[in-house]
Amino acid sequence: MLVEQLVEKYFQGETTIAEEKQLKAYFSSSDIAPHLVRYQSLFGYFETQKGTQFEQKLPLQPRKQSTVKWIGIAASFVVLFGLATFFLYPTEPKNEDLGTFDNPEEAYLETQKALLMVSEQVNFGMESVSHLKEYEKTKKTIFK
Amino acid sequence: MNQNEFVHIITPFKDKLFRLAKRMLVSTEEAEDATQEVLVRLWNKNSSLKQYNSVEALAMTMTKNYCLDQLKSKRATNLQIVHNNYQDKQASVETQIEYQNTLHWAEKLINDLPEQQRIILQLREIEEYEFSDIAQVLEMNETAVRVALSRARKTLREQIEKTHNYGIHVS
Repeated sequence: MLVEQLVEKYFQGETTIAEEKQLKAYFSSSDIAPHLVRYQSLFGYFETQKGTQFEQKLPLQPRKQSTVKWIGIAASFVVLFGLATFFLYPTEPKNEDLGTFDNPEEAYLETQKALLMVSEQVNFGMESVSHLKEYEKTKKTIFK
Repeated sequence: MNQNEFVHIITPFKDKLFRLAKRMLVSTEEAEDATQEVLVRLWNKNSSLKQYNSVEALAMTMTKNYCLDQLKSKRATNLQIVHNNYQDKQASVETQIEYQNTLHWAEKLINDLPEQQRIILQLREIEEYEFSDIAQVLEMNETAVRVALSRARKTLREQIEKTHNYGIHVS
């Protein structure tokens, strides 16, 4: 096909990639028909643009999403191990034998002693709270 | 997929992303930022990348959308940088410079086209994409791509003829 026809076809938008390559080759040669020289800069421009390169570095970080995922997996393992040790190896009951009395009377006395001690402690606690009554009194005198 | 594999996948087309971004945003710095942003987003998609037939087409579409967003927000804040085309009043003697000027002039002609036509020209003339690939990237049908491309080429031709007939570069 004649170059002129190819040029016409090109501007109609009907050329194939192969034909366009042919045109580009023609216009990059030094032997261009005078009446076609005016199109040279256009095709020449296309050729020069192909060389432009991207030379920046890529700031690629390891994906955050996956670290979160791994932390999740690790945490669930810890929980799983915790539960497993809790259920599979129950702690052995400690020796809770504190001794006993043979004589019932002796046992009665000891129990009384123990209860007395408890009530003393309770009374001691009550004493320190008793001054709260003063507040109650004052409150009653103000808000009747 | 680790970092090396990812880099291996994007290597064949990362320059294309950059060139597309540059075609749309004009400024090299902005195009670099856009390319980085798109590649990082692609990296974050990582695990789902395998379900796409063509990662390149996906990346190109992402670049196109990202750049369109950038342009939109720039216009919204009135920060559009006007690309001033200053020309020498004196005729240059060196043919090399003359050639550079005509290339610059061709670039200006293309960058004056509507965005969509610019994208299509970029993909067709520089990346040599088939119509079906362009249609996929732009999420439009092939016929529309053909129409837009021929429109773009005709506009370029008119500008070239004008310059040829009057012997001046219309800026």
